[in-house]
Amino acid sequence: MDLDSISILLLWTAIAIYAGAFIAYAFDLARRSSLSDEERVLVAAGGVGADAVARGSVASGGSAVGGAGVSGVGARPRLVMARIGTALTVLGWLFHLGATLTRGFAAGRVPWANLYEFAMIGTLLIVLVYLVVLTRIDLRYLGTFITGLVLVLLGAAAANFYVIVTPLVDPLKSVWLVIHVFVASLATALLALAFALSVMQLLQARREHRLADGAEKAGPGFLRTLPDAGRLENLAYRFTVVGFIFWTFTLIAGAIWAQDAWGRYWGFDVKETWTFIIWVLYAGYIHARATRGWRGTPSAWLSITGFAAVLFNFTIVNVFFKGLHAYSGLS
Amino acid sequence: MSSSRSDTRGDRRGPDGASAASDPLRPSDHIDAEESEVTQPRLGFVGWLRWAWRQLTSMRVALVLLLILAIAAIPGSIFPQRMADPNGVTKFKADNPDLFPILDKLSLFDVYLSPWFSAIYLLLFISLIGCIIPRIRHHLKALRAAPPRTPARLSRLEDHREVQRDGSPDDAATAIDIAQKQLKALGYRVARYDRGSTWSVSAERGYWRETGNLLFHIALVGVLVTVGVGGGFAYTGQKVVIEGKSFVNTLIDYNSINRGRFVTDDALQPYAIGLDSFDVTYQPFGTPGAGQAGDFKANVTVREVDGSTREGSVRVNHPLSVAGDQVYLLGNGYAPTITVRNAEGTVVHSAPVEFLPQDSNMTSLGVLKIPDGMPEQLGITGFFYPTVVKLETGAYASAHGELNLPLLTLDVYQGDLGIDDGTPRSVYTLDTSSLTKLNGRGTDVKSIELQPGETADLPNGLGTITFEDESPAGATDPTESVKRYVSLQIHHDASAPWVLAFALLALAGLGLALFVPRRRMWVKATASDGVIRLEYAGLARGEDPTLAAAVDDLVRRHARLLDGAAPRRAEPVKGA
Ligand code: HEM
Repeated sequence: MDLDSISILLLWTAIAIYAGAFIAYAFDLARRSSLSDEERVLVAAGGVGADAVARGSVASGGSAVGGAGVSGVGARPRLVMARIGTALTVLGWLFHLGATLTRGFAAGRVPWANLYEFAMIGTLLIVLVYLVVLTRIDLRYLGTFITGLVLVLLGAAAANFYVIVTPLVDPLKSVWLVIHVFVASLATALLALAFALSVMQLLQARREHRLADGAEKAGPGFLRTLPDAGRLENLAYRFTVVGFIFWTFTLIAGAIWAQDAWGRYWGFDVKETWTFIIWVLYAGYIHARATRGWRGTPSAWLSITGFAAVLFNFTIVNVFFKGLHAYSGLS
Repeated sequence: MSSSRSDTRGDRRGPDGASAASDPLRPSDHIDAEESEVTQPRLGFVGWLRWAWRQLTSMRVALVLLLILAIAAIPGSIFPQRMADPNGVTKFKADNPDLFPILDKLSLFDVYLSPWFSAIYLLLFISLIGCIIPRIRHHLKALRAAPPRTPARLSRLEDHREVQRDGSPDDAATAIDIAQKQLKALGYRVARYDRGSTWSVSAERGYWRETGNLLFHIALVGVLVTVGVGGGFAYTGQKVVIEGKSFVNTLIDYNSINRGRFVTDDALQPYAIGLDSFDVTYQPFGTPGAGQAGDFKANVTVREVDGSTREGSVRVNHPLSVAGDQVYLLGNGYAPTITVRNAEGTVVHSAPVEFLPQDSNMTSLGVLKIPDGMPEQLGITGFFYPTVVKLETGAYASAHGELNLPLLTLDVYQGDLGIDDGTPRSVYTLDTSSLTKLNGRGTDVKSIELQPGETADLPNGLGTITFEDESPAGATDPTESVKRYVSLQIHHDASAPWVLAFALLALAGLGLALFVPRRRMWVKATASDGVIRLEYAGLARGEDPTLAAAVDDLVRRHARLLDGAAPRRAEPVKGA
């Protein structure tokens, strides 16, 4: 068996394990809705208590809507399904890493030079960022979303975008392939987390509104165990600004590369255009958060729009738009 | 949005120590700005202008303009753009003849040069400049301002800690001295506010945050200005050069050139570039990507303006620098050398002819025009196959890009080439409207087929045509029988390094603006009855997730310093 076949085998194994993780996380969300009030306080507090970043607000009492109180800090929430989900995610990630490495060795270059490989490295980094963040902040309530997104992207790539290893075309033979594409993938991973948090923020904000209006049923029950909307927004913002910096770097590195490969640093090629649109959207998001009347729900929608554009750029633009960036490897 | 009010800035704006001269200036609709009543435009022209300016430089307008900019950029990715894909525009026009003129009126094929797109970004940048100038002025002052007076009741701040220690008023003053040194070492700007039996130090840090923000926005203006000005002085030209030939960097020697508004006729430096040879490698048969060409390399000799010569190469991703210009390798192809003789045996044409590749195996299409020396003007179209194979249909194709089995097929036209009236015509296309086809498909005479070195008769006894073999003497295979050509792009843009410099400044500014925490700290000591009450408080000025940890840290280290300092002072007592 050659290395590339091993890579494919590892990748499908990883996909299967991620599917298991997805199911476990989904059960976790379902179970969260049925937690008793007491347990749920513990969970919500644990959800942020370990987070040095959010501590200031916890200590202050913050807004009590999320159920987070000082009392819960230190108590270990017992979310068995979430633990299983995380364990499976780690396992799946190791197979995923193996698949990516063997693909790289098979090709004798960095494994991110066509759409299939972009999907592989992009999702690898999404899961990596998620797992690294988990060591500091309990974001397991995003597990369903993250593993779901990775399943869809990786499954589609493995099933539809697979291409055999071929030598690089000349324009890709550049150090900027290593830097530019990697940083773009990293930015995407951070923005994906921010996106998930913004979605949760919207759900939570809606729930808080309904509760304030005295509604009985205020939305999905698992929301009771999540931090309040304000805290979700702060987290989303922090991931976004780091992602935004990486994206800015991607834009600049791409321009340097274009100058070498195509003889101009900027030409509004389709892919360049979308990278620019995404950059402007996120600049808008950062402004929105600092603008009275735009913080909260409107800015969350901007974050969601921004990530929709990232996904659009990654899938539709790569596959269907023609331009100089025709590196999907599909014909 | 009440739900998100628990944000760090939202609820940390206490009445104490919250605003000071050192605070950055923000537009009035900024989330940190005091809510001001809706200002009606004052009567009169000036009042109205002032109101409009306030609106234009507000956060809201900046935000809306950013979003409009993002949306306005989208059509340019949907419709082919003249600047990026001129062939796509031509094709679109042919496919949608009715729609095209309407879309073209709306500048949808020149989105990024269109009046409406320009209006958006110019408004955005006017807003930006209007926004940052007062902020720069304010920030320069803030950089020199002292940290604000210690609030009377530190306990009203969120991040507040309190410690009691035994000690005299002198010890209280010393404790604050120590805290002052400690804060200073941490990079805070400090000021003492001692009064009666309270001693306090007020400290502020994070001025780099606003500096970075301003740097970022200024650098954006820098990028726009350098791109705009630079474009006026830039030129980009294309030139096809055949192996063994050279070209001189003058306006007339280019196949095509675009130049900025301020590029004068004599702005080009007359250096020369000669193509010595062109290298390319192909993936061997039987390997993945078989036949894929790569490692393109044009080996050239450059004659500088001062007459000195040097050798160099032009590769993809590795342009060649000559006299401040960048030389790029855009394309390549075959240029079969064709000799045509008339019926008397006189040579009427003998030169390599550039054939344009049509597929990845270098099936190439070429045109040869012979205006003089024949009874009537001749036009010849030809296909060139570097490695010819015959398909089942009987048609030829090329199976590989390399010269393994080269074949040239030619069809001859006679009549009027349409070039005498001075209309510019592409050398790569033949206008057959006033020409009669003499051989090939649609006639009774077969196409001419030639391998290197072969000669054939032209139809109607017009003369002969030869496909010259360019192989060096003693060659045993056809791999060098046909000359290659490269298409070079020469690009001059002195502004590129400046654009890069501003872009990197923007990146640096962004890093500072987003990650430097801006905060105030106070340490206050109140002495009474042999007990010192030590208060510590922090106030975030902007996104600052680590403030609480920083206050804890301050308390801990201060305690350690005090503990460390105390025994030393106590020692003489013990020793006595
Ligand atoms: C050319 C378009 C613009 C872009 C791409 C842009 C981008 C950004 C970015 C990325 C930030 C975050 C960095 C930071 O927080 O310091 C920011 C912040 C900021 N921008 Fe802009 N900006 C633009 C125009 C403007 C304009 C026209 C104004 C004035 C109304 C403005 C005012 C501000 C302010 C006040 C902040 C600080 C926000 C805060 O306090 O968090 N910007 N901008």
